[in-house]
Amino acid sequence: MLGQSLKYLSAQLNDKKISSVELTTEYLNRIRSLNAKLNAFITINEALSLEQARMADQLIAAGNASPLTGIPIAQKDIFCTKGWLTTCGSKMLANFTAPYNATVIERFNQIGAVNIGKTNMDEFAMGSSNETSFFGPVKNPWDIHAVPGGSSGGSACAVAAGMAPAATGTDTGGSIRQPAALCGISGIKPTYGLVSRFGMIAFASSLDQGGPMAKSAEDLALMLNVMVGFDERDSTSLQREIEDYRRDLEKPLAGLRIGLPKEYFDQGLNDEVAHAVTQAIEEYQKLGASVIEVSLPNAGLSIPVYYVIAPAEASSNLSRFDGVRYGYRAKQYVNLDDMYKKTRTQGFGQEVKRRILIGTYVLSHGYYDAYYIKAQKLRRLIANDFTDVFKRCDVLMGPTTPTVAFDLGEKSDDPIQMYLSDIYTSSVNLAGLPGMSIPIGFGKKGRPIGLQIIGNYFKEAQMLNVAHQYQKVTDWHLQVPIK
Amino acid sequence: MKILLTDVYRIADLARIEIQTDEAEAVLGQLSNIFNLIEQMQTVDTAAIEPMSHAQEMKLRLRQDVVSEFDQHELFQSIAPQVETGLYLVPKVIE
Repeated sequence: MLGQSLKYLSAQLNDKKISSVELTTEYLNRIRSLNAKLNAFITINEALSLEQARMADQLIAAGNASPLTGIPIAQKDIFCTKGWLTTCGSKMLANFTAPYNATVIERFNQIGAVNIGKTNMDEFAMGSSNETSFFGPVKNPWDIHAVPGGSSGGSACAVAAGMAPAATGTDTGGSIRQPAALCGISGIKPTYGLVSRFGMIAFASSLDQGGPMAKSAEDLALMLNVMVGFDERDSTSLQREIEDYRRDLEKPLAGLRIGLPKEYFDQGLNDEVAHAVTQAIEEYQKLGASVIEVSLPNAGLSIPVYYVIAPAEASSNLSRFDGVRYGYRAKQYVNLDDMYKKTRTQGFGQEVKRRILIGTYVLSHGYYDAYYIKAQKLRRLIANDFTDVFKRCDVLMGPTTPTVAFDLGEKSDDPIQMYLSDIYTSSVNLAGLPGMSIPIGFGKKGRPIGLQIIGNYFKEAQMLNVAHQYQKVTDWHLQVPIK
Repeated sequence: MKILLTDVYRIADLARIEIQTDEAEAVLGQLSNIFNLIEQMQTVDTAAIEPMSHAQEMKLRLRQDVVSEFDQHELFQSIAPQVETGLYLVPKVIE
């Protein structure tokens, strides 16, 4: 059953060919055999997973199953999960057992999916390599000397290595798409506001968005059907009609207009990635799509703008970690202020502290207009660029990342180089648009390459169609690193 | 904008983070590099542009002013570092 699609697993469960307990046990065994090497999971709780599997088997027996009932799903350790450790990859929350469920977790629980474990991640989702995790880096299953990407690196690794058929992730500047690309799987960040942020530990609230990671676009559609929905407990959750994200999967692509932003193919793009992207675009032309060059003139500013807005929001969000109500508290201090400082200094890692300092600076008296307001104005220009190009094309395509996965340690001492990993992805978050990555080949060292597909607002079903049609005529998404 | 060592200590204090004297220069170097990158923003004239504070143009919803949460303080305080008789304990702030 390992490596099979969600659709296949669902049919096997419903036909009683396998029980959820058996399926869950199979995945737990896989995790047990690989996790010491890959470090994709922070927490595994076999008793809790199997208890959910038994309940799922009852739902199936009673004829109350929906497509993902009984299927093991890996949950990024950013989603509060009642009764489970929820660490967000940080020492600050290393002892935190969530007292309630995130809405995303609640939605999976309601349909009887099985939580197979909590996946490793960059601390507070701040990183592009998974090296900032307090629980150690995740390894890329295609090459254990390479990073898996981040921040949802544990989820990407788990799916790629067959430790879970699908997983959740979150994406603030590329944290679903970039690890999906680097691990050779599919992932989609939906339009901002579609997936509830309630119980999803906040990094940058105007950019954070949860989404699924899986082998194929078809599997992503099944996952989105569970994850998307209005939630009154998230003030930015959108009230919209419920969609079936599978509905357009089989539409032919004849007449599809693909825009290629020329800024995504400039000198920063590595040759082997450019080559794979070009070949994928040619495949799309064979499928009947037409291609036009477009321009996103402000795209080059997305990294500077992102590194003002995201740290500003992070510095505000992370002020809640003070050692008073939950999480880590320093052992020794002389007064209240010292307790706050010692707790935060010891509880946060270097990258998190760096971003808190940047955010505090750009929001501080005298600098707010020059940095924060300036960045918000440029954010509008970046978003307007997308609005303009979507008048002339249906989807945009380009590389997800400028290079294949880099080596562990290669960029960990150079924040700027690390930040540039998200050069093609962060503008999508600034605009609030949906973006996805699908596997389209491998570099010379056998490390995967991803194609980024960017859609207009609420065009997830169309993007999944575009991805699925490619996956019907190619088999990159079926490649596995470890038999 | 050039960041100085005094800025590093000032913002660290605002953020309730300690910077040791032996690491301050390194922190200053990293922040300076990042702000050099951020400085690219100043190359674009944005005088006539409205700031975009959020990804969706939406009004905040209002709800009925009724109690929607029940009392779970025992559950929530069960994971606190230090509590006594329903109160979170912190070092004394008033002598």
